[in-house]
Amino acid sequence: MAEQETPTPQAPAVALPPWEANPVTPAPQDARQHGQVAELAAALPDAVLDAVDMAGQVTVAIPVERALEVFRVCAERLGYEFLVDCTAVDWKDRPEGRFDVIWWIHRHRDERRLRLKVRVADGVEVASATPVWKTANWMEREVWDMFGIRFAGHPNLERILTWEGFGGHPLRKDFPVEGIDTGAAVYPETYPPGGGPSAKPGGAQ
Amino acid sequence: MSTDLHLIQSMPDSEEMEVSFGPQHPATHGVLRVMVRLDGERILDARPIIGYLHRGTEKLFETMYYNGCVPHTDRLDYTTAAANNQAFVGAVEKLMGVTIPPRAAWIRMMLAEMQRLASHIIWLATHALDIGAMSPFFYTFQERETILDLFEEYCGARLTLNAMRVGGQPLDLPEGWTDRLRVFVDQLPDRIAEWERLLTDNRIWKGRTVGVGVISAADAVNWGLTGPPLRGSGVRWDVRKALPYEGYDQVEFDVPIGQNGDTYDRYLVRMEEMRQSLRILRQCLDRQPDGPVMAKVPKVIKPPKGEVYHSVEGPKGELGFYVVSDGSTQPYRLHVRPSSFINLQVLPELVRGHLVADLIAVIGTLDIVLGEIDR
Repeated sequence: MAEQETPTPQAPAVALPPWEANPVTPAPQDARQHGQVAELAAALPDAVLDAVDMAGQVTVAIPVERALEVFRVCAERLGYEFLVDCTAVDWKDRPEGRFDVIWWIHRHRDERRLRLKVRVADGVEVASATPVWKTANWMEREVWDMFGIRFAGHPNLERILTWEGFGGHPLRKDFPVEGIDTGAAVYPETYPPGGGPSAKPGGAQ
Repeated sequence: MSTDLHLIQSMPDSEEMEVSFGPQHPATHGVLRVMVRLDGERILDARPIIGYLHRGTEKLFETMYYNGCVPHTDRLDYTTAAANNQAFVGAVEKLMGVTIPPRAAWIRMMLAEMQRLASHIIWLATHALDIGAMSPFFYTFQERETILDLFEEYCGARLTLNAMRVGGQPLDLPEGWTDRLRVFVDQLPDRIAEWERLLTDNRIWKGRTVGVGVISAADAVNWGLTGPPLRGSGVRWDVRKALPYEGYDQVEFDVPIGQNGDTYDRYLVRMEEMRQSLRILRQCLDRQPDGPVMAKVPKVIKPPKGEVYHSVEGPKGELGFYVVSDGSTQPYRLHVRPSSFINLQVLPELVRGHLVADLIAVIGTLDIVLGEIDR
């Protein structure tokens, strides 16, 4: 080797590359002053309840009764013409409302994303986003099916992944992972109801 | 899912008929069922019914360790396992603030682009087969075999790869692997040209695809389409360009678009995407950095409290994972944005007014996989 005469010693002060150092965990920060949030707050005063920036992603909490208004303003005036996704999270025992319903919106102009969030109690209806973004149709059917949150103004709010008449909403935290007896078992003697991942021994051979 | 079990029902006092199409039908790529209302051969309305393959994957994720979720992501869209792995581990890494070593990022890009090729090859083969052209199936599967062999050599699996971990790659590339990949990358352009000779100017192919299943750019965005169905309508949008991840901001590639938003344009877009994938692969082979493939992460992944959404450009469109952590070793909630699920929604819009045979062409052009739709 030609360059063996000058082995450059590692300077101790040099910072480690990020993949060899301990990960820097992102912390949620207040994002009320963030450009996208300020824009929304200017278009719709008092629609922004709270705004958090985590790992560069901005979440805006909005009041549930003004959701449709916020969707319209975002799509028509602020240019968020693409609804990326909609889903929900179940916080079972949270006193301020059991579910979070979440929408991601995207605008192509500057490739920015925003996450909208409402907090609802069990049984409270949320406005459907289908009048603004047609793509919300199946997403909301899935949320209804999996969490039992109803969307007001949805054209056809039916179950989508389970069948009509299925008892329960599987992604709720109080729904058992091993499943429920739906009465649809094909060979109940061999495969007793409530089988699945944690089935007791003595069932199927 | 709906419980009406009749297969064919005639409407009184009219020529209208409702036909259950699927769920056991070879042209539906799995267990898709479409209730089609017909007037003679013309489609008045179509209603997709899904859920036959629902396994409750999102519920199961909540009971698993983070790295244990990776093999389950393989089984969402079983033709694009590498993209699913990539989206999931990317989301967890973002939540933990992990930066993966550059070599790991470039290996992931290589696997993802190979997977895009493999997925587009399956799409081309089955789409052509559905429409009635049998030969492309035999030609294309030979090349897909080579990709699967390379996957097997890297991680031991051909279809459900489980090839990525939170923090990087479990393995470095095996000896001589890049040479074999380079041979493949050099020979594939000729093969693609061969497949295009079979189809692109073929009168029957054009007759079956031009002007079938048209959607405008504005509608495509409003319906949330992503991937080739969006770009076929002329919207130049790709997650790799818009929100770059891994090394995609350091490689050169073009995002092909169509003009008319019909089945033929979506075909052209996917064919060109294969060439662009090869271009990315060539740059990866030439410029892949050396170094470690795994970042410093704990053995048991325990992200902080919080939520994060990360998406990649999968072969079928934007594939996103939303991870909510409560600070424990298992995800509190893990949601998948399945590109096929959202792309399939638009099916009734695309087939209304067309013939029954066109329904097959449109299902093929949307390139859906039911494993991902039903989860």
